[in-house]
Amino acid sequence: MFGKKNGERLSFLANFYYRYRKIIRAIQIYLILAGPGILVMVADNDAGGITTYADTGLKFGYNLIWFLILLGPIAYFVQEMTVRLGAVTKHGHAEAIFSSFGWFWGWFSFLDLSIVNWLTLITEFIGMTTGLAVFGVPPVLTVIVVIVIMAVMILSGRYWTWEKIALIFACINLIYIPLAFVASPNWGVVLRNGIIPNLPGGINGTLFFFIMANIGTTIAPWMIFFQQSSVVDKGMKEKDIPFGKIDTLVGAIFTVLVAVFIIVAIHALLPDVIISNTTNLPDAGSVAQSIIQQHSRLAGTLLAIGLFDAGLLGAICISITSSWAFGEVFGWAHSLNQKVREAPWFYGMYFFALITAGGVVLIPGAPLALITLFVQVIAVTLLPAALVFLILILNNSEIMGRYKNTLLDNIISLGTVGMIIVLSTLYAISTLFPGLFG
Amino acid sequence: MGNNGILNGWKEKVDNIGFVRQVREINKKYATPKVKMTPMVKYALLFLRIYLIVLVLLLGFKFFTIIHGGSIGGSP
Repeated sequence: MFGKKNGERLSFLANFYYRYRKIIRAIQIYLILAGPGILVMVADNDAGGITTYADTGLKFGYNLIWFLILLGPIAYFVQEMTVRLGAVTKHGHAEAIFSSFGWFWGWFSFLDLSIVNWLTLITEFIGMTTGLAVFGVPPVLTVIVVIVIMAVMILSGRYWTWEKIALIFACINLIYIPLAFVASPNWGVVLRNGIIPNLPGGINGTLFFFIMANIGTTIAPWMIFFQQSSVVDKGMKEKDIPFGKIDTLVGAIFTVLVAVFIIVAIHALLPDVIISNTTNLPDAGSVAQSIIQQHSRLAGTLLAIGLFDAGLLGAICISITSSWAFGEVFGWAHSLNQKVREAPWFYGMYFFALITAGGVVLIPGAPLALITLFVQVIAVTLLPAALVFLILILNNSEIMGRYKNTLLDNIISLGTVGMIIVLSTLYAISTLFPGLFG
Repeated sequence: MGNNGILNGWKEKVDNIGFVRQVREINKKYATPKVKMTPMVKYALLFLRIYLIVLVLLLGFKFFTIIHGGSIGGSP
């Protein structure tokens, strides 16, 4: 009897230890595989995104927080598909479109991506220079420092090193969480106004514009291309897909958290600022400047540092996305695990995009407002195509095998994609013709 | 006959440019789409074509209005 009890106890301990070891092993594997999902999601809160969230906070206070929380699952469902596609096909998204739909759609997607990425890179430089201008740093110095940082990152010759440095910058993006606490909002009001879905001021053109702008900053074409190529360069296999999904989920949670805390901080710090229309909205740099002048030096400093970091992280991910796409299409060596002499075109394209985009920001009188306008519009020409291609490939059993979309996947992804296409198209139209929706 | 000779000469020169040759090779490599052209795929691609034509027309109209003194509009 005693022996049996002892045996049961031993068996329980052995079972417990086995499960403990299994969980620890899973966490270790996750930590090795984590990266692409977190990076793409946090980099999604780039310089343009920070300005959009800041303006949303200024215009609607906490009232649209519920909507940003809803955008988290939407971003997750889109990006999760790229993990499966990359792990199964071992090809980046540009190459996948070429081989699946032929050269016409391949060239269209590739050229559109190259143009929109380069223009977005310029907007990241605009964000970084305005962020550091708060501290009196001249734009030329900011551009040089950024190019040096990004050169050091990429010339390490290892994907792992590049990814880990990028993850450090992703952690700095979480600076908006302490910023919200520095702003000391009334958390009761935040929860009351923010969590319960409501449409502040009723359905009107301005609300519609902000809803579309927030969707536009949450789902961008480069994200689809980036995560798929990143999964391939990292060497993830089919068995790693569950970890890739967790990575994407963690990233989606972070991106929503950052967006929500920016809105909370901005409204708590500047509750009396009134935005009357959607033309000439203030950028995050000028918001940081006015916070420093009128309220708190610390809060304004955190916002400016966050803006610079957001632009840097966006630039890191977007520039490498273009290089990967060029490599995939032209058949050049295109891995961060290769040295410069092994993949000269890959690195050459990277620096070409970086230096020219940084150079444009320094040109006196460059049409930066026009560039920002067309980034949003051209991105919308690519986004529906990239999403439709994604769903069509994910439904092809010859390509995806047992990892193809299930019925539930299709219901969710088709609903999500349909909504994104309609709203982002309306956003592009409202950007081109402001005042059209009231 | 003479014109054809000039055209062929030009064609040969263009073909010899490394980049053009590379593009032709890529087009040849991806001439046949891997995805089977089911009705769903065909309709999806048709939708994309129409969508893009409409957007390009809108962009063209905007450029026209900017050139003729219109404002570039607001952007967040």
